[in-house]
Amino acid sequence: MADITLEKVTKKFNEEVVAVKDLDLYIEDGEFLVLLGPSGCGKTTTLRMIAGLENQSSGDIRIGDRLVNDLRAGDRDIAFVFQFYALYPHLTVKDNISFPLRAQNLPKHEVEQRVSDVAKRLRISHLLNSRPNRLPGGEQQRVALGRAMVRHPQVFLMDEPLTNLDAALRADMRAELKHLQQELGTTMVYVTHDQIEAMSMSHRIAVLNLGVLQQVDTPLNIYRHPKTLFVATFIGSPPMNIITGRVQDYTVYSNDTEFKYTLPKYTHQVMGGIEKVHFGIRAEDIRILEDNEGDADLRGEVILREPMGDETIYRIAIGQTVLAVTAPPKVVLERGEHVPLKINLNRIHLFDTRTEQSLLAKEAAIV
Amino acid sequence: MSNLEVQNLSKNFGRLQALKDVTLDVQDGEFMVLLGPTAAGKTTTLRCVAGMEKLDNGTVTMDGQIINDLSPAERDVAFVFQTYALYPRKTAYENMAFPLEARKMPKAEMDARIREIAELLQITELLNRRPAAMSGGQQQRVALGRAMVRQPRMFLMDEPLTNLDFKLRVEMRAELKRLQRELDTTFFYVTNDQVEAMSMADRIAVLNEGVLQQIDTPEEIYNHPANLFVAQFVGSPRINTLKCSLEDGALRSSDGEFGVHLQAWQKEALNGQSQNLIFGVRSEDISIHQTARDNTVAGTIYILEPLGDRTYVDVQIGGHILKVRADADYEADTGTTVHLSFDVDRVHVFDAESELTIF
Repeated sequence: MADITLEKVTKKFNEEVVAVKDLDLYIEDGEFLVLLGPSGCGKTTTLRMIAGLENQSSGDIRIGDRLVNDLRAGDRDIAFVFQFYALYPHLTVKDNISFPLRAQNLPKHEVEQRVSDVAKRLRISHLLNSRPNRLPGGEQQRVALGRAMVRHPQVFLMDEPLTNLDAALRADMRAELKHLQQELGTTMVYVTHDQIEAMSMSHRIAVLNLGVLQQVDTPLNIYRHPKTLFVATFIGSPPMNIITGRVQDYTVYSNDTEFKYTLPKYTHQVMGGIEKVHFGIRAEDIRILEDNEGDADLRGEVILREPMGDETIYRIAIGQTVLAVTAPPKVVLERGEHVPLKINLNRIHLFDTRTEQSLLAKEAAIV
Repeated sequence: MSNLEVQNLSKNFGRLQALKDVTLDVQDGEFMVLLGPTAAGKTTTLRCVAGMEKLDNGTVTMDGQIINDLSPAERDVAFVFQTYALYPRKTAYENMAFPLEARKMPKAEMDARIREIAELLQITELLNRRPAAMSGGQQQRVALGRAMVRQPRMFLMDEPLTNLDFKLRVEMRAELKRLQRELDTTFFYVTNDQVEAMSMADRIAVLNEGVLQQIDTPEEIYNHPANLFVAQFVGSPRINTLKCSLEDGALRSSDGEFGVHLQAWQKEALNGQSQNLIFGVRSEDISIHQTARDNTVAGTIYILEPLGDRTYVDVQIGGHILKVRADADYEADTGTTVHLSFDVDRVHVFDAESELTIF
């Protein structure tokens, strides 16, 4: 087991294309860290540099206390899992799992012992003599996982391993993988573009965009205190409502001035002298009030209702501004109804319109 | 604008029975979604309605007229696919003009109609661009525009959002539904994505292995699924299920670790059946407590999955894991003992053999 340190790591594919720029990242021993971002953000390149499948143009990478810049992939003591499924169809489950040990010349009983331990942990002991292509998808995935585990690597590196699975299986495997990583305590670096995978599985998420690290933090901190507009809108579904507006006397106005919201006191200090802002609020941080509850911040017209079963998303228009608002399933509103809305003042977000950086330091918001 | 009736539709491909006696209707101005997994027969149904596939049995009726023998063009429906199939050398404007030119529509009328539709789809500024210079979402809008300028009687859509990335798909979902409302037109829409179906449809028809499972509003399908397949296919996360039998008025798992008392009306609904039962409960109908109460079940925390606005808690009970929806701030260590209670009025029981819903 080991920690991983990346110092000022840059990868250029040529003079124009900088895939990863000046990346500083420390991954703790035993941590489950997810590299999250859209396609082309540099997440897979970062993983491949840690693995030694790609050489960085500059910067240092350490695994444990070893500087691995010049070590070949095979000497880095890591297990790289691409999409699960790359199993050998002509070999049994047992031979698939023990395959990575062949080159290591381990005594036979040691191999047997390791395979049987791994199989027990993954609950596939009864399948050891089957062929993988006869097994359902979830069990094939476990076999692929077993093959990565059997070497007792210091680090697991995984590149979108769940992408090809159907939604139900993906949800099951998410929980399995997270549980397994907790039990084994092996450092995991996991690449995905799926924010739900990132949120649900990781200890910390590192969000990348265009080769630049945006933020590293726990899932809840990333969700509640995004440091950039990119992070705010990339994470969460439906995406955070963003209103780009004019600020006057600590009040945000949309272009048509129909949306009007007076900012809470705790933001006034950072808003001094600012005339334009991206105002952000998540769908679940706006509440649809009952008619007799006073104290509404805004009023809007229901233009769309999207039932999800466990909750309902309403699209509510305030002039030209359309807000997504989530409500419990028992709230049933028709198109055209006018409703009062209350914004949770402790959950608002403000971003600088030029730098797109958050104007609210984490401490400023009262959680 | 029109209504559609599909009656006793059957279709075979060689020995494969793609559709078995499917009957459904789409009302004038309705957003109807045909939902099912791969190979359920959804696309085949749509192609039979479009006239692109001949039926082996049954009738397709539009506005009271049987259209089995009409050619696709005579049916006057618009078909939108997941691939946009735009002409790469034509601009958005030319792509949209194409079906109208074929009808020899006067230039001025054509121009007015294209601009009106472009406005509605918010693609006015794209009209002079070629497809290669547009994003996937923009191309999809142009493809829609090309279908819309014809003012067809009905839109048939086959997974039109599949190729878009996640964020765009969420946006386009709302966008499509808004359009359908504004145009006051009839949509017959195929997808394998239950979130799309739930959020957009007036009614959903669930299809599996060529057989219609249920046809109803999204809420009814979610709250009162007709059978185990529908219950498991609709809703995310998937409904929790456990094999049980009825003992002393309680449903119990075979390992004895799980047991929940039923209400009088539920026991009555079981009508004496005590074996081969499947208990089903959605994650939001379970609550977690730190101490045991009346009618709670003990388990241990297996894993937490925080999503920001909520946290799913996987709780292990004997050999089973139940997913429970908890508040975003919920915290507990793996291995902690917790006690679960169920919103007993909202739980389901299915017959394990027929897989039909008992309640």
